[in-house]
Amino acid sequence: MSALLTGQPGERRLYLGNEAILRGALEAGVALVTTYPGTPASEIGDRAYAISRQTDLYFEYSINEKVALEVAAGAAASGWRSLCAMKHVGLNVAADALMTLAYVGVKAGMVIVSADDPSLFSSQNEQDNRYYAKMAGLPLLEPASPQEAKEMTRAAFALSEELKLPVLLRTTTRINHSRGAVTLRELASPAGPGFFTKEPFQKVMVPAVARLAHARLLEAQAQAAAQAEVSIFNKISGQGTWGIVSSGVSSSYVEDAVAELGLKDRVRVLKLGFTNPLPANLILKFLAPLERVLVVEELEPFLEEGLRAMAQAQGLTLAIQGKGPALFSRLYEYHPALVRQVAARYFGLPGKAPEPQDPEKVLGAPLPDRPPNLCPGCPHRATYYAVKIALKDLGLEGVFPTDIGCYTLGLLPPLSMADFLICMGSSINTAAGISRATNQKVVAFIGDSTFFHAGLPGLANAVHQNHDFLLVILDNGTTAMTGHQPHPGVTLTPPGYPCEHVPLKGVVKALGVQNLWVVNPFKYKETLAATKEALNTTGVRVLIAEAPCPLHVHRVQGRKSKARFRVTDKCQDCRHCLDYFGCPAMQVNQGPEGGRMLIDPDICSGCAFCVQWCEAIRPVKVGMTERP
Amino acid sequence: MKNHTEKIRLRIFLTGVGGQGTLLASRVLGEAALEAGFSPLVSETHGMAQRGGIVVSTVVLGELKSPIISPGEADILLGFEALEAFRALNYCHLKSLVIANTAAMPPYPVAIGQAQYPAVARLMELLAEQVGGLLAFDAGDRARRAGSPLAVNMVLLGALAASASLPFSDEDLRRILRTRTNPKFLEANLLAFQSGADAAGVEKNWIKRPQSWH
Repeated sequence: MSALLTGQPGERRLYLGNEAILRGALEAGVALVTTYPGTPASEIGDRAYAISRQTDLYFEYSINEKVALEVAAGAAASGWRSLCAMKHVGLNVAADALMTLAYVGVKAGMVIVSADDPSLFSSQNEQDNRYYAKMAGLPLLEPASPQEAKEMTRAAFALSEELKLPVLLRTTTRINHSRGAVTLRELASPAGPGFFTKEPFQKVMVPAVARLAHARLLEAQAQAAAQAEVSIFNKISGQGTWGIVSSGVSSSYVEDAVAELGLKDRVRVLKLGFTNPLPANLILKFLAPLERVLVVEELEPFLEEGLRAMAQAQGLTLAIQGKGPALFSRLYEYHPALVRQVAARYFGLPGKAPEPQDPEKVLGAPLPDRPPNLCPGCPHRATYYAVKIALKDLGLEGVFPTDIGCYTLGLLPPLSMADFLICMGSSINTAAGISRATNQKVVAFIGDSTFFHAGLPGLANAVHQNHDFLLVILDNGTTAMTGHQPHPGVTLTPPGYPCEHVPLKGVVKALGVQNLWVVNPFKYKETLAATKEALNTTGVRVLIAEAPCPLHVHRVQGRKSKARFRVTDKCQDCRHCLDYFGCPAMQVNQGPEGGRMLIDPDICSGCAFCVQWCEAIRPVKVGMTERP
Repeated sequence: MKNHTEKIRLRIFLTGVGGQGTLLASRVLGEAALEAGFSPLVSETHGMAQRGGIVVSTVVLGELKSPIISPGEADILLGFEALEAFRALNYCHLKSLVIANTAAMPPYPVAIGQAQYPAVARLMELLAEQVGGLLAFDAGDRARRAGSPLAVNMVLLGALAASASLPFSDEDLRRILRTRTNPKFLEANLLAFQSGADAAGVEKNWIKRPQSWH
């Protein structure tokens, strides 16, 4: 039984923010959860999948975020409380649906979780998705802790039903991936079969209907503003003539800063959780007695600009500041000492600034980096190697538009197999543009999950427009980077996964691709030959490199290769393996004998790839070991 | 229960290499703190950074609301790997207690001869000069001898529990191991935990005794 389904009301549990969000939805009787996995939102879907195997909850890993949002919207229109979770950039994919869903509205509560990623721990940008709420005209909640994430999610369903609008719950990595004490409430049962009421002149957004719907949306926004005024998630505390306004995890940093600077009697704090529409009356009441106000929010000055506009309209002239050279940056996440120091500076107080030691200065030398790397035995590395050698043998230099997944790590040397990346699916279309504009040889890379997510239209377009590039689909049979979630093309699925298989090869053919090769990248000669053929052909060519992610195979089947390989004394120390392949198991022998490579048997995965192109590498016989 | 939790402010910083089990260690500390009546906050690294890179997690206890730790503010540093323990020196202050695994996992640039791994003894010596206390020993070796090379996290937890710097007991931690971790590895984990506690009792492992101990 999932730990999110147990526990008595009043009991305290240590939940990850993402778990707290799902628990809040379960306490609200959520009937349907959809997602496309993306850090830092992934665990919401993963836990929901586990729960869907044990209860009546319907869950799906949708093919992308737009699909996920629309599935949830249909269910919410039919009377099912629905939750749809995604990372911040996922909402870009779903934005088309979001903007007009705001016009159509919902019947049962619908919550959209947008997990933003300040500091880009695992993302291609650090956009601030609060502006989506403003642009779409939707209510916005920002939790400051796992406990609040649960309470807000639960409350968001009721709010959504009252306003007949989806509610955006905007988190950041430090909420999604922090564990905190969460006090449980009773779980609620999901609704039984829903019913879709036909109201085409309210729900079919043709211009005549949408004009009226937009007016309805503005009315709903006025109601939402009234709700924000009385929301329990907007709180004023403290006293004095100074003010601090904050939202999200920044509110936690502010709370610590106020305590540590001893400001409880000198500063009034407005902690905002319901942040679109902003509660104008509450804010003006807060501002009225104040001399100066510091706004603490990560990324964009969303609250700051809202506050300034309200103050201006009211003729208030007090200083309201947040972003600025001596204050907060629009870049990256904040931390407790930063908030404390900026607050101290802003209010003219002595700040206790820690003076951390710089380890490189203490050592007097740079510390070696520890960059992330593709795992030992990763099929992507084998594919990259074959493409590198094929290009070298043909005397070609490739340009490599790439895509989003583990294989993006191919960026790093020695692979250096990534030249251009914007977003999910961009490899295929940017490859088309680059090959059209240049005479260069373009080889694009995309993973299987990303291909289903955002590659299908691009590939159909490329065929239709007769573009000229080689697309390599790195098919490892899973969505590896985010924790091995399934997608339509998978064959190896989690236990009990109930879904139909959509074969990748058939899809590629059906999109009109004539030149298609399917290889197992661990079969080097075959892969090299196919790659050379593909490189020598023109038009749209697709090479599917098909081999499962070894971590996934191990997790699902418990299988792990026992084979190991070693470097014999035939090694001439040519370093070809380091310059072209770069497996983490391969090391330079820094011992006294020197002069040859080593394979660390603790790291070697036994994939048996290197042994196919290096004569000095041989299998380790049973019972024999070699340690560096 | 509530009173004793209010007076304490404790920030624990855990750092290691992907696959070393820092996340499990921080979760176990968090669960033990919860049972002891605290409202702990545990912050984790997930996603891309985990592929062979550095994995950091933090555990914050007491009257603190921030889930993360600023540079210079970690009271305890658990370093799962020698270089990473030293790299996290900027999170320490002059009174920090550091518990470090002296076993080295050479990062890729070192493995391929493009960078030098500093001498571990030198790293530990410099680290000791900058912090309040340093307990350093080969936790990898102890894990292996306990029957599970992957149990470095348990060895370090055992050492931490024995350092008497936590507001809950080693038995509280053992109880969490028994109830919240995979039963398949429990026996090896408990052995590794005990081995870490033993390591804290070996005088030569204390490169620097915390002052309050004298």
